[in-house]
Amino acid sequence: MRVSKHFTGTCVVAVAALVAACGGSSSGSSSSTGGSSPNAKPITIGTSLSLSGDFAADGQAFERGYRLWADDANAKGGLLGHKVKLQVISDSSRPDQVVSNYQKLIGSNHDELVFGPFSTLLTVPSSKIANRYGYAFVEGAGGGPAVFATGLKNVFDVSIPVKDNLVAFAQYIAALPAGQRPKTAAYPTVNEQFTQPQIPVARKILEAAGVKTVYSKVFPAEVTDFTPIAGQVVAAHPDIVVLGSVDVPTVSSFVHAFVQQRFNPKAFIATAGPDQGAAFVKAVGQGNQNGIFVPNGWFGGFRKADSEKMVKEYIAKYGGTPSDINADVAEAYAVGQTMAQAVAATHSLDNKKIIAYLHSGATLDSVQGPVKFDPLGENTAQKTLTFQWQNGALVQTLPAGQPGVHAPVFPKPPWGV
Amino acid sequence: MSATALLQAIVDGVLTGGVYALMAAGLSLVFGVMDVINIAQGVLIVLGAYLSYVLSVHLGIDLFAGLLIIAPLFFVLGMGIEWGLMRRLREGDRTAMSILVTYAVAIVIEGVLTLVFGIDFVQLHAPYVDSSLHIFGFFLPYIYVLGFALAAALLAGLYVMLYRTKFGRAVRASLQNRMAADLVGINVARTRTISMGIGVAVTAVGGMVFGATNAFNPNSGYDLISRLLAIVILGGMGSIGGAMAAAVFLLVLNDVVAVAWSPVWAPLVFFAALVVVLSVKPEGLFGKPPVRAQ
Repeated sequence: MRVSKHFTGTCVVAVAALVAACGGSSSGSSSSTGGSSPNAKPITIGTSLSLSGDFAADGQAFERGYRLWADDANAKGGLLGHKVKLQVISDSSRPDQVVSNYQKLIGSNHDELVFGPFSTLLTVPSSKIANRYGYAFVEGAGGGPAVFATGLKNVFDVSIPVKDNLVAFAQYIAALPAGQRPKTAAYPTVNEQFTQPQIPVARKILEAAGVKTVYSKVFPAEVTDFTPIAGQVVAAHPDIVVLGSVDVPTVSSFVHAFVQQRFNPKAFIATAGPDQGAAFVKAVGQGNQNGIFVPNGWFGGFRKADSEKMVKEYIAKYGGTPSDINADVAEAYAVGQTMAQAVAATHSLDNKKIIAYLHSGATLDSVQGPVKFDPLGENTAQKTLTFQWQNGALVQTLPAGQPGVHAPVFPKPPWGV
Repeated sequence: MSATALLQAIVDGVLTGGVYALMAAGLSLVFGVMDVINIAQGVLIVLGAYLSYVLSVHLGIDLFAGLLIIAPLFFVLGMGIEWGLMRRLREGDRTAMSILVTYAVAIVIEGVLTLVFGIDFVQLHAPYVDSSLHIFGFFLPYIYVLGFALAAALLAGLYVMLYRTKFGRAVRASLQNRMAADLVGINVARTRTISMGIGVAVTAVGGMVFGATNAFNPNSGYDLISRLLAIVILGGMGSIGGAMAAAVFLLVLNDVVAVAWSPVWAPLVFFAALVVVLSVKPEGLFGKPPVRAQ
């Protein structure tokens, strides 16, 4: 095939871009220097993150969390006197790429430690690779039952197990006086390992309290037009909408459809999306976020000394307000904290010793709260928190009775207020 | 399922189909005239949405008024892509190689958008985005109604341009036989450059409506391209009217299946319909032969 020189150049650019887009691009960089010995060899911690693709917003937030932790760790002297160097490889949100990335990080690069990727979807295959090499796999966003169903002994999720995410909200609704309690609920959910386990748990609690299910359908993650699904929810006129979502666009589509159809449920909770701070508000429109609940383990206003320090550092580095910070940042930061405590306790980078220590029942500490693992690697020490957007800020509303916790706004205010 | 729900699904499908037709029209035109499969179409739509976002948020310009600025910019961008890249492709390899070249264009645009805007999702906002027309018991969102009207007007304009003007005759002659068109004095290269500009300019309009009806980030274009290609192929490659008909048909089918059966099956039926129609009519609904069949 004969082509012009100009075109040949174009093809070279295209192929290079294609390779980059398919993943495998690494962005290894050392974090800031600290009090470690200048001659000590840095410890390399490898991770695969979704810097592009479906989970790009979460993956990039995770990268910020990991880097903030690495900077703080290095400022304190690093791990065992060695500076920490992060090696981040992009997996384009693809399970096949995440597998080859961890094979590269562990098998080829021989990184001393690894941190987990974003999402249950990517944690399941990557944890198997880490297990094959005997590596501890501490992660912050693989809380779906599918991760723990593998029975692997090297996986440790520092965040709350996702299946119980909606429990606090459902119990709050169930405990409302009979006269105020909603009578009907709708459960549209994406067929994803993160969302689907949450819905039956909440539904069981609500149905036991007399809240009748008027809509319950699963839709595929590939859906780009949510209009008919949202239309059916509106037609069912539920008092509560429990939306199983993994991202901002899904929640945004439902919100806009509800506004357009002039439908305002008494309560609206989404499993993910509203926790993404400013990005969520930009998508749904100022005012439309108010009243929406979201379960999570952390938020920007979380009252804990190390969390407040991290928030300050985040704002100094990236700008914004505490409400703008994606909860993924804290999940990633907590991974680093947990690993650092395990390394310090074992005085070792030996992954076998680290795994044994994390299974020992020791209670560790993180920006999200306490961390203690059961035999499956689930964090049993932390309770699900529920947040709600109130007057333009994301505030903690459940469990009630704790300092700084706001009373839930119920029923939900009108859209745009 | 009630008759009301079915009717609502059909109405939603028609309106959403108009938005998809707007996004697919440029793709169809560019293929029909130039034999170029523009894989960058999805990213160009996202670029159009971001430019609307900038004009709206930073300069306070209304989304529709902003199109008067963005569409000419996209026209120039389209001509630049044709002049700088497509024209260099050898005639026999044009269709296949255009996939690679436009993919590179998509990657570059996506990279620039990520650098400038970051990866967070945004959406276009205006009073008519969240309000709706209440008619016969149905709520019709103004943005979809306006998008559909814009699609119908633009596609009608493209049809008139292609079939009722001297330039349109030149375009179709260039497609039928480049050498013969050259011999009768048509500047084929210039015709193709302008056609690419028009195709990309139409895409800018689709981008604005997409951005007002969906949250988007620089990666959002890839979710669109498979559906847009399905619409263009079903309608008949190069057929503007076919793109409109196919978009409405597929989106109505998608919405009715989602409501009457299950949302899980809707995407499958969307593409299954493409396979079924093509097995009966391989050239697509209006694709016999491309462009000239309308």
